[in-house]
Amino acid sequence: MNTTTVIVGSSIGGVRAAQSLRLEGYEGEIILVGEDPELPYDKPPLSKSVLAGKAEESSIRLLTREQAEDAGIQLLLGHAATGIDVAGNLLQLQDHEPVRFDHLVIATGASARPSPWGQRPGIHVLRSLDDARKLRTNLLKGGTLAVIGAGFIGAEAAATARSLGLEVTVIDPLPIPMSRIFNPEIGHWFGDLHRNNGVTTIFGTGVESIDGEQGSFTLRLTNGANVEAATVLVGIGAVPNDAWLGASGLLVDNGVVLDEYCRAVDAPHIYGVGDVARWRHEKHGEDIRIEHWTNAVEQAACVAYNITHPQSPRAYTPVEYVWSDQHDWKIQVVGRVGGNAEHIIIGHPELHGRFAALYTTDGVNLRGAAIVNWPKALLACRRGMGTGVTIQELREKLEPLLDPQPLAAS
Amino acid sequence: MPVVKADLQACQGYANCVVGATDYFDLDDDGIVVLLKTEVPEADRSRVTEAARSCPVSALVVEN
Ligand SMILES: Cc1cc2nc3c(=O)[nH]c(=O)nc-3n(C[C@H](O)[C@H](O)[C@H](O)COP(=O)(O)OP(=O)(O)OC[C@H]3O[C@@H](n4cnc5c(N)ncnc54)[C@H](O)[C@@H]3O)c2cc1C
Ligand code: SF4
Repeated sequence: MNTTTVIVGSSIGGVRAAQSLRLEGYEGEIILVGEDPELPYDKPPLSKSVLAGKAEESSIRLLTREQAEDAGIQLLLGHAATGIDVAGNLLQLQDHEPVRFDHLVIATGASARPSPWGQRPGIHVLRSLDDARKLRTNLLKGGTLAVIGAGFIGAEAAATARSLGLEVTVIDPLPIPMSRIFNPEIGHWFGDLHRNNGVTTIFGTGVESIDGEQGSFTLRLTNGANVEAATVLVGIGAVPNDAWLGASGLLVDNGVVLDEYCRAVDAPHIYGVGDVARWRHEKHGEDIRIEHWTNAVEQAACVAYNITHPQSPRAYTPVEYVWSDQHDWKIQVVGRVGGNAEHIIIGHPELHGRFAALYTTDGVNLRGAAIVNWPKALLACRRGMGTGVTIQELREKLEPLLDPQPLAAS
Repeated sequence: MPVVKADLQACQGYANCVVGATDYFDLDDDGIVVLLKTEVPEADRSRVTEAARSCPVSALVVEN
């Protein structure tokens, strides 16, 4: 019997779900639906090499028409999904008749949180290829770039703008950047990283309003100061694209809510992957949603497996992983880090040009790690997270690799 | 037999491939991927292809 799997969302999660279905031997029809009329493309380079002009747009294509055809993936691009008739197995689309499915994969991702200070030319967000093109065009005009939000995307765009020779000011209401993710010591190092690379940082201060027009904005800050900028980038996080599910009856709570096998809790033939998916992580014992590239890929593979192995589905229990490139730092975060979790830090950014912060909840076992410029440490931590390793074992392995050697072990 | 190929210029040392198929991929001291073997028997094909597709910079391909 021929079945049909419809995948909604034509970015990394959706494309990998389609490819993984074929890899698992799925022989039914696969229809990949996307709102964006562009052929599927990858997002991480949008704040890095594509924004810098170092990579061609063609290099970030995830799927060409030819590859789609070879893999038997039908593309239905330029049509937003507007709803699901769950009982009738129909996906409703904008400007298109409804599409019938046996399985549906929701991979609609997230959108940049819109600017609360007005949306007009020169005030940018960065999520789509079109966003990146527009921002780059304005960066090339020169002048100061003001970045609101020192999270991953804001920080990466700031670094890229510096590499293009622009003056850059980064503003964040958190007194210590990245302190929602890392402990304060590392947060301070992030601040130093920006300043050492010529970025002006204003932390612990919010933005009240943005006056003026493209080319000559004035940002009024909550501390009374003003910042002048030609271009503004608002990087204040993302929100899951789940509003279109409103009338479907599926449970939505900051993302579509899924069980441990990534099936909608109220419709087991509907699955979710990527930034839009909130699923039950059995090992963490909670429902979580992750906005990272590797998660979209791994979750897509798991969903493809579960669609093709209905008798023996796999629970999805990944170890979190994200990377970020800022100035000359390659930052990699594995597992769960930060907050007030107990940690040790091996290496120092100024002394060694690299470091690894190892986090533990029970004082013994590795629970997560933040690693900068240190491939060996990254690998040891990623492997160790899988097999179970103590932070002492890692210290004994990694510390001898440092040059100069730490004076006294603490 | 299918073979796996790596673009060493493109590799950024993210180690997704190593996590995906630790018997095929490793990293050297500079954080560049090392292929532990290149021939992929049919039984490993899906697993190694999955690991190759998990590379964020598409530095790996499994070819026929
Ligand atoms: C600039 C930038 C840099 C990043 N850098 C990194 C990084 O360095 N490392 C990292 O780990 N992660 C990074 N990320 C995050 C990573 O890209 C995301 O986690 C990943 O793209 C999520 O994939 P996804 O397929 O779930 O969702 P998305 O990539 O958001 O794709 C969702 C797709 O669904 C479509 N869609 C939405 N609504 C509908 C609808 N109603 N109907 C049809 N289609 C719809 C959208 O148009 C889009 O194509 C970055 C993200 C951005 C924006
Ligand atoms: S996943 Fe890609 S970038 Fe990462 S180590 Fe492997 S080949 Fe290199």
